[in-house]
Amino acid sequence: MFNVIAKDELAPGVFRFVVEAPQIARKARPGQFVILRLNEHGERIPLTIANHDEERGTLTLFVQAVGKTSLDLSRLEKDQGILDIAGPLGLPTEIERFGTVALVGGGFGIAALWPIARALTAIGNKTIALMGARSKNLLLLQEEMHAAASEVRVATNDGSAGMRGLVTDLLDRVIRDEGPVHRVIAIGPVVMMKAVCALTRAHNIPTRVSLNPIMIDGTGMCGACRVMVDGKMRFTCVDGPEFDGHLVDFEGLENRLRGYLPEEQQARERLTGGQECRLDTTGAARSQP
Amino acid sequence: MTNPPKKGNRIPRQSAPELSPEARKKTFSEVSLGYTPAMAMLEASRCLQCKKPKCVLGCPVHVRIPEFIRQVAEGKFLEAARTIRETNALPAITGRVCPQEDQCEKHCVIGLKGEPLAIGKLERFVADYERESGAEEDIQPAPPTDKKIAIIGAGPAGLTAAGDLAALGHEVVIFEALHQAGGVLFYGIPEFRLPRNIIEMEIDRLKKRGVTIKLDYVIGKIKSLDELMIDDGFDAVFIATGAGLPYFLGIPGENLNGVYSANEFLTRVNLMHAWEFPEFDTPLHAHQAIAVIGGGNTALDAARTALRLPSARRVSIIYRRSSEEMPARHEEIRHAREEGVAFRFLERPVAIMGENGWVKAVRCQKMQLGEPDASGRRRPLPIAGSEFDFPADAVVIALGSGTNPLIAQDAKDLVIDPEGHIELSDADIQMTSKPGVFAGGDIVTGAATVISAMGAGKKAARGIHDYVMRSA
Ligand SMILES: Cc1cc2nc3c(=O)[nH]c(=O)nc-3n(C[C@H](O)[C@H](O)[C@H](O)COP(=O)(O)OP(=O)(O)OC[C@H]3O[C@@H](n4cnc5c(N)ncnc54)[C@H](O)[C@@H]3O)c2cc1C
Ligand SMILES: Cc1cc2nc3c(=O)[nH]c(=O)nc-3n(C[C@H](O)[C@H](O)[C@H](O)COP(=O)(O)OP(=O)(O)OC[C@H]3O[C@@H](n4cnc5c(N)ncnc54)[C@H](O)[C@@H]3O)c2cc1C
Ligand code: SF4
Ligand code: SF4
Ligand code: FES
Repeated sequence: MFNVIAKDELAPGVFRFVVEAPQIARKARPGQFVILRLNEHGERIPLTIANHDEERGTLTLFVQAVGKTSLDLSRLEKDQGILDIAGPLGLPTEIERFGTVALVGGGFGIAALWPIARALTAIGNKTIALMGARSKNLLLLQEEMHAAASEVRVATNDGSAGMRGLVTDLLDRVIRDEGPVHRVIAIGPVVMMKAVCALTRAHNIPTRVSLNPIMIDGTGMCGACRVMVDGKMRFTCVDGPEFDGHLVDFEGLENRLRGYLPEEQQARERLTGGQECRLDTTGAARSQP
Repeated sequence: MTNPPKKGNRIPRQSAPELSPEARKKTFSEVSLGYTPAMAMLEASRCLQCKKPKCVLGCPVHVRIPEFIRQVAEGKFLEAARTIRETNALPAITGRVCPQEDQCEKHCVIGLKGEPLAIGKLERFVADYERESGAEEDIQPAPPTDKKIAIIGAGPAGLTAAGDLAALGHEVVIFEALHQAGGVLFYGIPEFRLPRNIIEMEIDRLKKRGVTIKLDYVIGKIKSLDELMIDDGFDAVFIATGAGLPYFLGIPGENLNGVYSANEFLTRVNLMHAWEFPEFDTPLHAHQAIAVIGGGNTALDAARTALRLPSARRVSIIYRRSSEEMPARHEEIRHAREEGVAFRFLERPVAIMGENGWVKAVRCQKMQLGEPDASGRRRPLPIAGSEFDFPADAVVIALGSGTNPLIAQDAKDLVIDPEGHIELSDADIQMTSKPGVFAGGDIVTGAATVISAMGAGKKAARGIHDYVMRSA
């Protein structure tokens, strides 16, 4: 059992959990994730390690309640336990001096970018965090990002905070107006990462994306997390989750992420008693930066 | 034995009762019901008690077959169990899953003229009898040695080594990446072939011997080998992480929805209980026409598992050679046929065809058998222009697997061969090039068998014992 020692709702349907997992906290690096299972009947789902505190032996996880397991998790309270947490999984983000790095985040992707921003800034990069959300109340980790990155820009679809528009518009502006960007790291919904890569390809800027396919074991055993990168099959849990965005087959990834829609719907209906769920049942919540 | 059977004895090989194909097709209950004591004694009486038993040479761990068979014939079942356990820690499992026809039974002399002795079925009987009689093994563990051994991976290799090392008085900790111990025994081999309670019981037996099992521990990630040995004070480490990374075909369409590796398909069902969705949270689609690619045990397990899913209407195995070349256990092939799995021989998939992102058909090409290849099997050759589309809404790819990369990614000082297997520097004791680090099972040999993994576990346990006691 892994104890929940703090929980809060940061934005509608987006929760922050601090869980006790001292061994994992000792080894976690930016870019890595855990796989957890809530209970004996649970499925195994991956979540990014957004922060780790070696001294307190804790991990911070952000979860967007989109389906059965993430909803179940969002209902856990302080002092309750999570049955299994395995990690830290995946390869850590490369932390080097690149120069100017644009960090583009949407949805829970911002949580994943936060530790990366801290690490890159700490070794002397100029980091520009570009954060996107549909609306102001859905913007995560603003304060934290201001502390972690050299600069922060915000875009919202409805213009309630920052620029009205998409994060890709922000990125376009930064690339055109603010001198060379040496590297881009984009984490968020697939459509957003795809759009970012289309833009940076045109400017020839190396771009890393962190992929989120469906996973089961997370140890390279099942192949559920396979994606095509540069025409080769790669397993996200052991070869990723970060890849060169210019080489990723995003259409294939999008298709595989749609793979369980009918079953997810069924599980969600059981959970909500068939009532209208406030969450977007098409998963479109994910596809809007 | 009271009545040594005479040469040319007429007793036929006893077949064990089975659930009828009708009764078992839609359940996960075990197919073979095993011998009754009377049947076991009758079958055992067929053994000639050879002076130089060939059967023993065919067994990778050299179970003392004639001795235990004699004890069965005499009705001394618990003694027989003890005899087997001298060399084989998991007889209830090997009796069920060993490819006996290629091992012990292949060499049995009465098999030259008639049918070989049913050594596997007898082994299973003895182990089941022992378990059901509740006879607690009276093990006197050796006095504590103050040595700590870490075992990575709770598959048959790791479990076997753990048992032997604990009996020798060492403190043993198994680190397992998944939330369940057992390795392939649990997530791969289905319940109808190997009931879960048998695996659970073997795991409990280890715990009673003082072995600690830490689940959710992905070594190479949460701890490196050096951290285990330097920080945590383990005197030796045994790597038994098994095969991993399932092979795909490398043909178009493999990323469509509805395409699975056999590992994923079986893991969803066996480990995650997807067939009980939505009672359990992990889903599996309601596929109707499932095509399984391959001809080994894994393909057969996937096909028979698919057949048991409530939605399944038609399950086919597509294999590029002929039935003679199929590497799966004969019993499995017979069971699959009886249950209604359709076999398609001499066909190979060249593409998976899709519609709206989902599998619709497998494009196959017909094959013919040419000259024998290096393995002695006749090489299948494609027939030009013979392509056709075989309709299916799911494809399960069962071509075996490569190696798990996690430990190799992390421990740069281990010698790894080009295929990712850990190389041994001393195969007699299963020691790697890194002092104090041993390895065995599928991670060393590539995908093999349960009994060979157990054999490696035994050998490693002896090697580790000598190593830690020498450095004492
Ligand atoms: C490496 C990695 C890191 C991740 N980190 C986080 C994180 O920090 N916070 C977080 O909230 N989520 C994260 N995810 C996604 C998370 O694992 C899924 O949201 C979760 O599995 C959904 O499970 P569910 O049962 O709640 O929803 P389901 O009922 O399974 O799915 C609900 C909806 O979400 C979509 N969906 C399912 N799986 C994914 C997925 N892997 N990625 C995107 N959409 C998906 C489905 O298409 C569906 O529309 C990560 C995924 C990966 C692979
Ligand atoms: C579907 C299927 C059917 C089969 N049928 C038969 C059969 O009928 N008869 C037969 O003899 N053989 C059969 N086999 C082969 C047999 O199961 C294997 O050869 C045997 O299990 C190998 O044992 P092992 O201990 O080396 O590894 P495994 O059984 O693979 O166990 C390895 C364990 O290590 C864990 N692990 C991996 N990496 C790490 C890590 N970094 N840290 C911690 N833990 C880790 C894994 O999660 C796993 O639990 C079958 C295989 C499959 C897949
Ligand atoms: S362990 Fe396997 S090969 Fe050896 S005697 Fe038993 S069934 Fe035969
Ligand atoms: S070879 Fe056959 S008959 Fe001879 S001892 Fe072995 S099992 Fe008995
Ligand atoms: S999640 Fe199973 S191989 Fe990556």
